Amino acid sequence: MRTCAESFQGLILRSMGRQHGDALLPRGMEITFCDQVFLIGSGLIWNLYFAVLALAFGFFLATGLALAKASPRAWLRKPAGGFIFLFRGSPLFIQFFFAYEALSLLPRTGVDIPLLVTTITLETQWLTRAWAGALIVLFFNTAAYSAEIFHGALKAIPRGDLEAADAYGLTGLARFRRVIWPTMLRLAWPSYTNEAIFLFHATALVYFSAFPAWQQMGDALYYARYFADQTFNPFVAYPIAAAYFVLLTLVLIGVFGYINRRLNRHLPRAARARIRFRPQYIR
Amino acid sequence: MFPFCTDPTVLPDWQWFACYLTTATHLAMYRSVLVVLLLMALAAPLALALGFLGALAMRSAFVPFRAVGTVYVSMVRGVPDIIFFLFVPLALDQAVEYVLHKIRCPDWSEPIRRGNDFVVCAQAKFPLSSSPAWIHDIWGFTLALIAFALVFGAFAANTLHGAMAAVPRAQTETAEAFGMSPAQAFRRVLLPQMWVYALPGLSNLWMILTKATPLLFLLGIQDIVYWARELGGQKTGLYAYPHPDWRVWYFLGVLCFYLTLTWVSQRAFDRLMVRMNHGQATFGGDALRKAAP
Amino acid sequence: MKKLTLSLASLALALSTTGVMAQQVVRMGSEGAYPPFNYINEANELVGFEIDLGNELCRRAELTCEWVINDWDTIIPNLVGGNYDTIMAGMNATESRAEVISFTQAYKRPDPSAYMALVGTDPSVIQSGVIAAQSNTVQSGMVADTEATLIEFPTPDETIAAVRSGVADAVLADRDFLLTYQRDSDEFEFLDTVMPPGQGVSMGTRQSDDELRATFNAAIDEMKADGSLNEMLVEWFGDETPLFE
Repeated sequence: MRTCAESFQGLILRSMGRQHGDALLPRGMEITFCDQVFLIGSGLIWNLYFAVLALAFGFFLATGLALAKASPRAWLRKPAGGFIFLFRGSPLFIQFFFAYEALSLLPRTGVDIPLLVTTITLETQWLTRAWAGALIVLFFNTAAYSAEIFHGALKAIPRGDLEAADAYGLTGLARFRRVIWPTMLRLAWPSYTNEAIFLFHATALVYFSAFPAWQQMGDALYYARYFADQTFNPFVAYPIAAAYFVLLTLVLIGVFGYINRRLNRHLPRAARARIRFRPQYIR
Repeated sequence: MFPFCTDPTVLPDWQWFACYLTTATHLAMYRSVLVVLLLMALAAPLALALGFLGALAMRSAFVPFRAVGTVYVSMVRGVPDIIFFLFVPLALDQAVEYVLHKIRCPDWSEPIRRGNDFVVCAQAKFPLSSSPAWIHDIWGFTLALIAFALVFGAFAANTLHGAMAAVPRAQTETAEAFGMSPAQAFRRVLLPQMWVYALPGLSNLWMILTKATPLLFLLGIQDIVYWARELGGQKTGLYAYPHPDWRVWYFLGVLCFYLTLTWVSQRAFDRLMVRMNHGQATFGGDALRKAAP
Repeated sequence: MKKLTLSLASLALALSTTGVMAQQVVRMGSEGAYPPFNYINEANELVGFEIDLGNELCRRAELTCEWVINDWDTIIPNLVGGNYDTIMAGMNATESRAEVISFTQAYKRPDPSAYMALVGTDPSVIQSGVIAAQSNTVQSGMVADTEATLIEFPTPDETIAAVRSGVADAVLADRDFLLTYQRDSDEFEFLDTVMPPGQGVSMGTRQSDDELRATFNAAIDEMKADGSLNEMLVEWFGDETPLFE
């Protein structure tokens, strides 16, 4: 029986590849509880990778999409609306499937792009890998959801704020950066927190449906399934994965709560507190 | 299905497709759409009821209630639904049989857990193993329903809790000034008004519920995604209707199904929101009042 | 006196349990997605070698049997959890599985696993290429042991699709399963075969269910003795399949 320290050393970075830990995963009856805790924890690296990058990139695309959807120009509004509808209206599960199918149809040798003098061969193989393909799907997905939230917030910006901006002579980019954008964020933040939680949870779907795992590098759920299958007992591995997710979700809520307080710090104390605290005389 | 379907190998294209698309498995796939809709129709009110209880527990002044409500909501919200579905229904199933075993076979001397096995007496099997297959199917569906209701109940509880807190304090204060008891104030003033605040969140939740239904196949229900995978995969010469990998087309169909479903629900919620806004002291309500002649 | 009543009671209990056994329905779990072992045909019926065999075994053992379809991933937890009583799903009796459930004797000889690739593929990919396998199978473990790059898909279908699209160089799976694809078109060929661990395809039962296992073992013995099992094997797997003497 190996010790916990050995498990930790061999497995904690295993999800990054065989060269970063044991080449072979523990099998069958030799699996210890520590193996399960550390390998599933190692898989979380991928969940965090997908969640952090998709949210970071998606945030900017979402702002753009929300502005486009609120735009009076039809050629901006219509495509943005269509994009949002497509990604909000269909299950992520199916989006992953289509992305994988479409990306694996790209020619294996790469795409030749003729330039004036030379030809550049664009590699496409890496797109079928989860780290790229699934990230793109998650990025589009969260952009669509967040854009809808931002769009709602954009419409809810109090008229007084905009009038005040006008009175200060703010126009164009300055007006957007100093008044519209911060207010939009402040209003959208509680819903956006929810979206971030959902996206973080959605990362568990990556290796579950369409994208294959290479060299047994997968996310927390991939390893939880591996253990559930090796030990034939779903009541240890899945609760471990669930506990990790609860923990990280709490961290996420903490971080987003901190940002929320920063966004609202200019408000009078009573207005800030009102959302969170309320005497309990009605039951 | 059609009289000309007896030998598919000799049929011209259009007849081959007519026969292919009406095989018993395809009919089962069309029926599975109803299963998905039925699950949503049942899970939504159940989740709402559970969410209501959860929200009440979270607001309760009685600490144990508040603790139970808060723990339930934050636990379930913290776990991806897919992981929840992978072990909770199985645990639920065994819990039911364990309780039945304790009630129906009190004299049973052997242990229930024998090594890896979970063995209860024959009378405690739920459903009994002699029951016809459809009873097992209904039980499987019920387990899935409970799993969905538990997950979405937690999200609904959070939304409703927020909505109850969003009703302006002055409203309930006024109600109490009129001499209403807290219970009356809750029922007559807070409850009718909170829906307008809850609706955006609830409609969002409905959309998420819609898009979580592809996970039904994890719970052993033969839903539309199960059939799309099963029928779309390559069929070799062993089958009467051999074809290459057609999963793309099947999933395209499933995609259209879900897009239609969300589009219709979005329209319905938009209308409902307009009705809810009538007579409310909100921006939306003001707009409606101004628009009226 | 006390002793007598006790033994009488236990006799009555024994009688009643065997009585229950006789009329009890035996629920048989299968996957329904692994032709030709078990699959769902166009008429939405569960068919295949194991379904024919299972029904015949039940007839000989005078049991009432009913089939239950269950996902491969949870097929063993659901057996030990008591949702059905046997597994017949092309399951190889490996040591690690035998730690958790008990197997009857094999009803199909261990069949080699095979590497299948597009025609013209260099056999060296077995050691250095990208090999597809279904996740959580014996074969995925076998590829992990080699130097080749393992790529895992949730369903067997997708492994074949991956070879066709070029994402993987070859697929490792049961030869019997691959044969139906290889015979169907001329795009695939076998590169090599390897023997997986295990005693052969067997029926899985709960470890505590000694009585049921003995019943089925006796029925399999009978079918081996009179040659009807061999007939069934040839009917579903062709002439090349290894038979029982």
